[in-house]
Amino acid sequence: MNEIAIRFILNGKEVSVKAPPTFTLLRLLRERLGLTGAKAGCERGECGACTVILDGEPVTACLVLAPQVEGRRVETIEGIGNGEELHPLQQAFIDESAAQCGYCIPGMIMAAKALLDRDPGPSREEIKTGLSGNLCRCTGYTKIIKAVEVVAGKSRKGSESC
Amino acid sequence: MIGLSPLRVDGREKVTGAARYGQDLKLAGMLYAKVKHAEYPHAEILKIDTARAKKIKGVAAVLTAADVPGNTAFGAVIVDNQPLAEDRVRYLGDAVAVVAAETAEIAEKAAAAIKVKYRELPAVFDPREALEPGAPEIHEGGNQINHHKTRKGDVAEGFRQADLVIERSYSTQRVDHTYIETEVVVASLDHDGTLTVEGSHQNIFSIRAAVASFLGLPLSRVRIVQAALGGSFGGKDDCMSVLSCRAGLLALKTGRPVMLSNSRESSLIESYKRHPYFLDYKVGVKRDGTLTAMEIKVVADGGAYASMTPFVTWRSVVHATGPYRVPNVKTDIYGAYTNNTYTGAFRGFGSPQITFAYESLMDEIAGELKLEPLEFRMNNILRDGEITATGQKLDHTVSVGQALQAATSAAGWEEKRRRFSEENRTRLLKRGIGLACSYRGVALGAEGVDATGAIVRIQSDGSIDLTTGLVEMGQGLKTVFSQIAAHELGVPVERVQYRRTDTSTIVDGGPTVASRSTIMGGAAVRKAAIAAREKLCAAAAGELGADPAELTAVGEKIMVASDPDRAIDFTGAVALALAAGMNLSSFAWHVSPPIWWDEEAGKGNAYFTYVYACQVAEIEVDPETGKINVLEVWAAHDVGKAINPEAVRGQICGGVATAIGYGTLEEVELVEGVTKTVNLDEYLIPTAMDVGKIHSIILENPDKYGPYGAKCIAEPTAELCAPAIANAVAHAAGKRIRDLPLNLERIVLGHKLVKKQRRAR
Repeated sequence: MNEIAIRFILNGKEVSVKAPPTFTLLRLLRERLGLTGAKAGCERGECGACTVILDGEPVTACLVLAPQVEGRRVETIEGIGNGEELHPLQQAFIDESAAQCGYCIPGMIMAAKALLDRDPGPSREEIKTGLSGNLCRCTGYTKIIKAVEVVAGKSRKGSESC
Repeated sequence: MIGLSPLRVDGREKVTGAARYGQDLKLAGMLYAKVKHAEYPHAEILKIDTARAKKIKGVAAVLTAADVPGNTAFGAVIVDNQPLAEDRVRYLGDAVAVVAAETAEIAEKAAAAIKVKYRELPAVFDPREALEPGAPEIHEGGNQINHHKTRKGDVAEGFRQADLVIERSYSTQRVDHTYIETEVVVASLDHDGTLTVEGSHQNIFSIRAAVASFLGLPLSRVRIVQAALGGSFGGKDDCMSVLSCRAGLLALKTGRPVMLSNSRESSLIESYKRHPYFLDYKVGVKRDGTLTAMEIKVVADGGAYASMTPFVTWRSVVHATGPYRVPNVKTDIYGAYTNNTYTGAFRGFGSPQITFAYESLMDEIAGELKLEPLEFRMNNILRDGEITATGQKLDHTVSVGQALQAATSAAGWEEKRRRFSEENRTRLLKRGIGLACSYRGVALGAEGVDATGAIVRIQSDGSIDLTTGLVEMGQGLKTVFSQIAAHELGVPVERVQYRRTDTSTIVDGGPTVASRSTIMGGAAVRKAAIAAREKLCAAAAGELGADPAELTAVGEKIMVASDPDRAIDFTGAVALALAAGMNLSSFAWHVSPPIWWDEEAGKGNAYFTYVYACQVAEIEVDPETGKINVLEVWAAHDVGKAINPEAVRGQICGGVATAIGYGTLEEVELVEGVTKTVNLDEYLIPTAMDVGKIHSIILENPDKYGPYGAKCIAEPTAELCAPAIANAVAHAAGKRIRDLPLNLERIVLGHKLVKKQRRAR
């Protein structure tokens, strides 16, 4: 299949990459750009493991066609920290033992970041709603919600969550 | 260190996206594989025409059972599972051929181009029908996979002594593990002829056995390596053997690395599920609430292959009465082949089904006797030193009563039971509170040999390598094992590196199942670390002018225990040991205490110890729509000793959520063998909005057999919430539902909506 060049801002840097126009953003990131943090779990937009942020909005990268990101800003799990320094959400997920198998975690953190970027102080119910498109089978969500609450200033680090 | 909760040792790679899962692997020259699935749930294969598929540009190999150099079937208990169907397909997840090509798209096209001629055979989809005479035979020798029994006392006499005999039937559904990562492997040949299969493996040694047998290779030339594992819950065992055999065969035939991964659709169709059970209970009870007898018959749907059915149903037969004092017991459990998706291990392993039945039943009996469910249970539960249904005298702290009290008092049980009953008379949304309790045998039990090993290697710079044959799958094993090694060597956890699990680095230490890792693997790690510490102490003794037995390892120092000022630092002791020519690598092996089972008599000391638990669920149900909202759950679990309390809480919350899904949402719908729920828009698991507040209550009664007294936690967490919710629904809405899941239509109509049946295909 003919490949087309796609130019966009990826984690703050302009990139140009060739891919078939039928490629999803998820495949573009994983197969052409070597960014494997976003995961495939259902490829139908149901599990949220491939969540990235597109122009400030959380999207499931398996449902976005690669050419749709032309000229737009894409943020992935690989871009939210600052080199050695982790993003506060990443640190909170570690501190609260929010990751178990970890497969859903990059998507979960990106969904949480999109939520906090819009509203830095969401309520517990708003956090649950914000994360309801991201499935996790290990944690029962308890410690994940707690980690987001810590960053939102709604809960104290290390206090008992369950 | 023991009883503290250091941060997970694998946290950073998981929050940065750096953790490398099977899907993230990419080897030079790697081919992509696709499977051609069966087109009938039961059919004879007459001809497989691969000619058109082979001609497609970019196709490297199209293989069938005829290409298998070794044994075409494998199985841990019964050898019946064929990664490539030889002459017959037995369910729609069977594969008749497998293709490797330059891209996944080409492989998919080639798989579609394979033409198979079948002769359709009569099929059977209900395990009770499958056991009847004249049912279509799925495997030679009939459809009964196994029959287990327990016998105690005389049930006829027990029923004669009863004032009331209650008979109830329950059923449970087929559910999927729904790990967020679907199954994946990459098989490749090393230059020395060793076949390596890296992937989302739970049980590396059983997978190695299957691959070696299938390919006709010695075990020593097959290497199974675990990639970061994106959830398993018992699910990535036989189906990973299947994938590994197929990909291994392709790698062997093409000489190139091959990736084979399941899409979510393939995963839901092909991978094994939790067994549906049909359970009939007959119970005798005196008017004062004393149980006199239980007669239990269970039929389990094993699907097309035996997989773990013999062991799953054995665990059920041991625990079928629940943690109660029952003088007369007769239990019979049958596993049956059907043409449904096969069933196997899933967190709980034969306990969620029976717990749903016996804990629903306990509430029903209490209701018949006009007794409070808690009081009724407290009068009948097993106590210290009492005898189980299998004739085993319990020689540890029997804490089911403590768990019942801890969970109910935290939940405000008595006040809520009363208040909700009153308030529900006028409330639109009905509130209810229900409970369930259980006992659970720890580790493999008399299923088979239970032993495992660990290697602790102290490097010249004082860093420590830790290797076992048990795997991290999210539960926190790397962290807990690193904690144990660090504790015994007196160093911080950061000094310990848990090696990736790989069959070539340690001898077969059994599977990471049965909640056995901490009690078995943890004990092995502890022994290996103590052996390494003793070497350091021996090396440091001269320098410190003390006897090695007087020394201890604390705070990165080897010191005289009674005089901490006489000490040398850890790396100094390492240097002394190496200079003396000592070997600072220690291997330790841990074998379970003796247990036994008499299959003929249906008796035995089935497990060397047990854990006890109680969960209370508070719910709200809308009688108009049937919607159940789980508001809060109190989960009290005796773990012996919590080595890492945060990891224990993580296990409790995860297990409760899984059980909420089992109780209220989930069912893999099969219609004449056809999976109707093929992705996560149809197979619904709980989201963040479906899991209420969970309160974990850790109880500690140290066990003489566990390291530091620790027993287990993973599985008991997932066996209680479904019956607790069912009992809460009965309290809230006055409706007793005896079939899982407690979904909308069952709440409103009292039965499941029946869809129009269509022919398979």
